[in-house]
Amino acid sequence: MKIPYSWLAEWVKVPWPAPELGSRLTMAGIELEALGAAAPPFTGVLVAQIVSAEPHPQADKLQVCRVSTGSGAPLQIVCGAGNARAGLKSALALVGAQLPGDLTIKAAKLRGVESQGMLASAKELGLADASTGILELPQDAPLGRALREYLALDEPVLDLNVTPNRGDAMSVIGIAREVAALADTEVSGPAIGRAPAGHAQRLAVHLEAPAACPRFAGCILRGVNNRAEAPLWMRERLRRAGVRAISPVVDVTNYVMLELGQPMHAYDLKKLRGDIRVRLARAAEPVTLLDGNTVSAPAEVLLITDGEGAVGLAGIMGGLRTAVSEATTDVFLESAYFAPDALLGRARRLGLQTDASQRFERGVDPTQQGRAIERAIALLTPVAGGTAGPVEVTQSAPHLPQRPAVPLRAQQLTRLLGVELPAQRIEATLAGLQMRVTRSATGWQVTPPAHRFDIGIEADLIEEVARVVGFEAIPETDARVPQHFRSLPEEHPPEAAVLGMLAARGYEEAITLAFVDPVLQERLFPGRAALALSNPIASDLSVMRVSLWPGLLRAALENQRRQADRIRLFEHGTRFEMSGGTREIDTLAGLACGARLPEQWGVPKDMRAGADFYDMKGDLAALFAATGARQSFRFEPDSQPALHPGRTARVLRCGQSVGWLGELHPTLVQTLEFTYPPILFELDFDAALAVKRATYEEISRFPQVRRDLAVVVDESVTLSTLAERVTLAASSLLRDLRIFDVYRGPGLEKGRKSVALGLIFQAISRTLTDDDVERLMGSVIADLRENLNARIRE
Amino acid sequence: MADLTVITRQALDEVAACGDLASLEDARVRWLGKKGRITELLKSAGKLVASAGPEAVARVQKARADLEVAIVARRAEIGRADIERKLVAERMDVTLPGRGEEPGGLHPVTKARLRIETLFRRAGFDVASGPEIEDDFHNFGALNIPPDHPARAMHDTFYFADGRLLRTHTSPVQIRALLEHGAPLAVIAPGRVYRCDSDMTHSPMFHQLEGLAVGENVSFANMKAVLHGFLQAFFERDLAMRLRPSYFPFTEPSAEVDMSCVFCDGKGCRTCKHSGWLEISGCGMVHPNVLRASGVDPERYTGYAFGAGIDRLAMLRYGVNDLRLFFENDLRFLRQFRTLGA
Repeated sequence: MKIPYSWLAEWVKVPWPAPELGSRLTMAGIELEALGAAAPPFTGVLVAQIVSAEPHPQADKLQVCRVSTGSGAPLQIVCGAGNARAGLKSALALVGAQLPGDLTIKAAKLRGVESQGMLASAKELGLADASTGILELPQDAPLGRALREYLALDEPVLDLNVTPNRGDAMSVIGIAREVAALADTEVSGPAIGRAPAGHAQRLAVHLEAPAACPRFAGCILRGVNNRAEAPLWMRERLRRAGVRAISPVVDVTNYVMLELGQPMHAYDLKKLRGDIRVRLARAAEPVTLLDGNTVSAPAEVLLITDGEGAVGLAGIMGGLRTAVSEATTDVFLESAYFAPDALLGRARRLGLQTDASQRFERGVDPTQQGRAIERAIALLTPVAGGTAGPVEVTQSAPHLPQRPAVPLRAQQLTRLLGVELPAQRIEATLAGLQMRVTRSATGWQVTPPAHRFDIGIEADLIEEVARVVGFEAIPETDARVPQHFRSLPEEHPPEAAVLGMLAARGYEEAITLAFVDPVLQERLFPGRAALALSNPIASDLSVMRVSLWPGLLRAALENQRRQADRIRLFEHGTRFEMSGGTREIDTLAGLACGARLPEQWGVPKDMRAGADFYDMKGDLAALFAATGARQSFRFEPDSQPALHPGRTARVLRCGQSVGWLGELHPTLVQTLEFTYPPILFELDFDAALAVKRATYEEISRFPQVRRDLAVVVDESVTLSTLAERVTLAASSLLRDLRIFDVYRGPGLEKGRKSVALGLIFQAISRTLTDDDVERLMGSVIADLRENLNARIRE
Repeated sequence: MADLTVITRQALDEVAACGDLASLEDARVRWLGKKGRITELLKSAGKLVASAGPEAVARVQKARADLEVAIVARRAEIGRADIERKLVAERMDVTLPGRGEEPGGLHPVTKARLRIETLFRRAGFDVASGPEIEDDFHNFGALNIPPDHPARAMHDTFYFADGRLLRTHTSPVQIRALLEHGAPLAVIAPGRVYRCDSDMTHSPMFHQLEGLAVGENVSFANMKAVLHGFLQAFFERDLAMRLRPSYFPFTEPSAEVDMSCVFCDGKGCRTCKHSGWLEISGCGMVHPNVLRASGVDPERYTGYAFGAGIDRLAMLRYGVNDLRLFFENDLRFLRQFRTLGA
């Protein structure tokens, strides 16, 4: 909300220059967003008068003007504006003047005629977005005066941000009330008197929805000239407040709204048919609005109607049929109170938020409808003439908002703020906000003024006291924290350690958006239900992710596009599963793409190849080892559409599925245009990484014995099967089993592989003898031969 | 016996001339071995005494001892020289890079969040969390934001067809934590929140920090101390803080928290738009309606709540000047945060 400083100063004595005023208001809760000037910088422009205007000898559209600045000889100015005429006072930019848009005025010849400056339009001076001719100044404008000075263009304009609870502050008078409270002074605006009625015509108003509209003030003005122009000072104030001047009637209603916070509407009386009725819309009632659009008003919307139907959406926008035009001579002015409850949300749902609707939704002073009309008449008649009839106030008293007294306990104020304020200061502060304060046994009874809609409970009053006294008056006090110990479950995987472990293994943490491209997600997880947003910001960000992979793959592709040749990413976040209601699953996922190790000297060639399944499996194995329950994990061959069918494992922990590991399906590698096939994992954070508390196991003091064994088995025999058989057959004396080679090729039958195993035996209570070990090896070999059709290589 | 001196001289010279351990051993065997020349002399001690007198034996014994010392010394010398040669031969270019994987790192927003969690845990706060898909009650209703409240317009909410929504702030965790644990309570709840807004300074997903303390006499003054303490601890510096009255439906009084700009120390710069202040958080005393909706008696308990942008804190802490960088996951960006700890 923009308020020119001078307008505010008309309503209250402001003891501070604009910057300080702005910071005082900010520190009282009305934030100064920007402090602007009334016009962009320019120099060298004076008030001048056209003494004569003759046609240009060489050009039809130009005139040669003699222009006086009050002293010295008149200057010769060539001007192309249609409204340049003898006697007109306007703005003259002298030679050397600097105008907005980096324009410097130079003496020039226009079609052979010398011009010693330029008569300027409002647009050229940055005072309007568009102009039809040069600026027209009133006849009493002092010749030779700098235009900036004359129009007070250097006055500051405050751009204030009023919070939605403070409808009362959305006006000049509202800010004036704040200033008065802060400066300990009074609001003192122009006197608003009741002019005697010039005629007796009136229009009957029926309040058929009295809870929504309990008060409606109306007045008929006859013989108005709406072709006139509002005075420059008024148009300038409107402009500075961000409102475009249109016609005297509209300008005045806008002016009053900005000044008093009371939105008004003007109807062309001759177009109104019969009585005014304020009622709720009948379902889907059509209303054609000022802007030409027709809306279908639902039953919750309040309408102003006449004998022929709706003439406006109450408190939002007037209708087209009864709109004022240049030709309008008789006007019906409306100044009503609409209850916030009756307006809330309606304008937004209709897509029609207006200055009026914003004010009514937040609460308009319910006592000043008549006053606003008086003010409008006083402003309008000197400009557009006309005679005003009686100001008729129709109301339903029981439905007018009440302002019951609110109790305020001194002790509660101290308790909530943590500071004890003197009673006198509290009383003075509230009184300064036009509240009625009476003492009670525990503190006060406080009655807020009619314009305050936000004071209903004790906390509201405490806030008022605190913000006006200033939050800086409240000290910083350390609270005593109770020293009780909370449980710290050791099985919860410590997030920082898990993330740190992946980071240490070369992965960078990514954070991707929780909504993803439904096309990509469907490609990865065909048929998987996903939760769709009703109002996504983009079609490729419109469904909730069922996996972190779509986001990671996209991030990887973008990095590939940025020429990253080796990509390691992980993410910790929520995925949203739709099975059995929406489930939010805390998820850890990762992606590896490109060389196994960063490019470097001194590592074997195969370490420079692209990372594969086993590289990432090693990373997961490290994480699983850190859970203290390495043995409870299994990788089981499985398949899912996103992954390579021969390179996919489901991760099981104690038989429960806790995640996936695999290489992206070759078809997807191709369609997504990956240079290297990405390897992916995804784990349920809590289920996969729950920590088994470490407990001490006795360490053997006896030597261990190692025996190596090379077994040839069918390709179909997985290593986990092989390891399981070995472990079973070798008894508990097997301490460790290592796999140190897998060989296929010459020397072996087709479809067979040779696996080299290292078996490490150790007993807790004795030294194992050769016999012991031979017996154990014998049973392992026999088992493998029998169950896995294994051949032992010598 | 005149030649004992000559023999000794010759033996010592030979030992001194040995360049490696093998020739030194040969020399030792030659002179002091079972059949070595000095050993032989001592074997025939009787003859020696007869020919050169009784002290001759002692002289030979001394010659043997001298030679043994010389051999030990020579052996050590040769050993030292061997090591010297080995050391020279094994010299490495220590400036060649080390082998293996390079470490990755945590996302700067995660680093900031973990740092925040640590600081608040130390100050006695628990860390709570809540769902990202919320219902109207927890995100709005219980927070004193009824339908059509103008404050809803400030929350550009993502909705689902069934009326649920993506939480627009972490404040619903206030309600959940109070309903679950009751008062007294001191928690923070960092988490992801969503608003349908995307431009230079807004991401549709971002990170918020919620704080809540409810107790029998928790005051605005306590809130000021906690916020100021936190900001100074997070930024590891003295900085000024001011609270500006504001409006949130779920707190009363409500305030915006400004801190002196960490880039210019409040003198005014581009980051703080020449105001010297950075808006960093919103806060206030929990509205009685919110306490009631959370099953807490507002007559018995009071509390404060605050909400701050973790992304913004991370930007200020790490000097990141564009919010969007956090969600582009550019490796060249992420790699800059491979530092230990948070």
